Amino acid sequence: MIQLFLRDVGLSVRSGGGFGLALIFFLIVVTLIPFALGPDQSALAVIAPGVLWLGALLACLLSLDRIFGLDFEDGTLDLLATSPLPLEAVYVAKASAHWLTTGLPLSLAAPVLGVLLNLDYETGKILCLSLLLGTPALSLIGAFGASLTLGVKRGGLLLSLLVLPLYVPSLIFGSQAVRLVGQGLEFDVALILLSAISLGAAAILPFASGAALRINLR
Amino acid sequence: MNSKPIAPTLWDRFWRLANPKTFMGWSSRVLPWIAAAAAASLCSGLIWGYFFTPDDMRQGSTVKIIYLHVPAALMAINGYLLMFVGALVWLIRRQHVSVLAAKAAAPVGMVMTLIALATGAIWGQPMWGTYWVWDPRLTSFLILFLFYVGYIALWSAIEDEDTAADLTSVLAIVGAVFAMLSRYAVLFWNQGLHQGTTVTMADGAKQENISDVFFQPLLLSMAGFSLLFLTLLLIGTRTEVRSRRLKVLQERERIE
Repeated sequence: MIQLFLRDVGLSVRSGGGFGLALIFFLIVVTLIPFALGPDQSALAVIAPGVLWLGALLACLLSLDRIFGLDFEDGTLDLLATSPLPLEAVYVAKASAHWLTTGLPLSLAAPVLGVLLNLDYETGKILCLSLLLGTPALSLIGAFGASLTLGVKRGGLLLSLLVLPLYVPSLIFGSQAVRLVGQGLEFDVALILLSAISLGAAAILPFASGAALRINLR
Repeated sequence: MNSKPIAPTLWDRFWRLANPKTFMGWSSRVLPWIAAAAAASLCSGLIWGYFFTPDDMRQGSTVKIIYLHVPAALMAINGYLLMFVGALVWLIRRQHVSVLAAKAAAPVGMVMTLIALATGAIWGQPMWGTYWVWDPRLTSFLILFLFYVGYIALWSAIEDEDTAADLTSVLAIVGAVFAMLSRYAVLFWNQGLHQGTTVTMADGAKQENISDVFFQPLLLSMAGFSLLFLTLLLIGTRTEVRSRRLKVLQERERIE
């Protein structure tokens, strides 16, 4: 399992793996926002938490179909299915590799990009924390969606259609936490609920996703 | 070793109803009655509600949209519940009819969600002064709509019927969990304009909520919508069973 995890991380970090793509996409989204909404500093500060969360979420979507897609096409996934490793563990390894290569860098980059949107330092810290707690759920749900749409040709659009409604709770709690900090209010509850979703996803989705993989490989 | 054949229990008989052949048999006998009952209660409920109830003191005649809005919303939620149960039964007992019923329920439920959203918007314009607000109830219905769309899209994207049935069932179950989560997450996110539940079955609570003048026709039209849903569900499921049979016939033709 650890081998598989390291292999996936290695594959995505090497050139052509799309490691930097999510970050660049995030940067572009953040750059485009002031063009769309005007350069007013105070207005940007108000919408910054939501925009940064949404940008990170969309950047996460980009690399989802790579999680299983390439391995399914060249038959690696069939070999993995016949190996002693259960498919649930394959899912966990691949989802955590996805998180390490997209969720983690996005969370760390978000406060830096927040500077562009006039986000102050304290709020930036909480933004980083909320993304760290929330992005595991994004990777887990996304990998589940990827395992559902495995057999579908050109399933990228369908994958986003299935996954985005599932992202709603994480997005609500995550951006709410950052907004509450901005208003100087208590934000613990939102962060706790956000982590609860990540942990719940980690508890339930391996079984759902394992079942979906098994159906697709049948 | 002459063991007697075990008599089928009530439980076995219940599941035998889901056998495709028996299902086609009893559903064709039941369908006209349910359809007639649906038409009768819908017509009488709606006509009673629209023409023979007084206008509300504050809301005027706009109150009458309740006879479409509440039953549609009721069936939108129950439709998803039915899909969830159908998916579970398919994954556990491999009853083809149950997953076909879930497949047939999805478009009906989606249209009910749309009706609830549309009538709500039409009512909201004169009452709240806006067609749409990001209120928890409205938002969760929009999300429910997205779940229906995703489920239908996944069905149509996968060619192999059994694979599609399995995968959509997994999606329906996970979706149900996340739909509940979204429902409560949305409550946390924004306080609403939408009033609380006005229709409860408990007698004690009824007094202060909604007066009998409005309640009785509403109950009738709720029954009408439920029967209408059942009718459409049976028709849809029968169509799915027939289309499966057609496919088998075509395959057989090709072999011979």
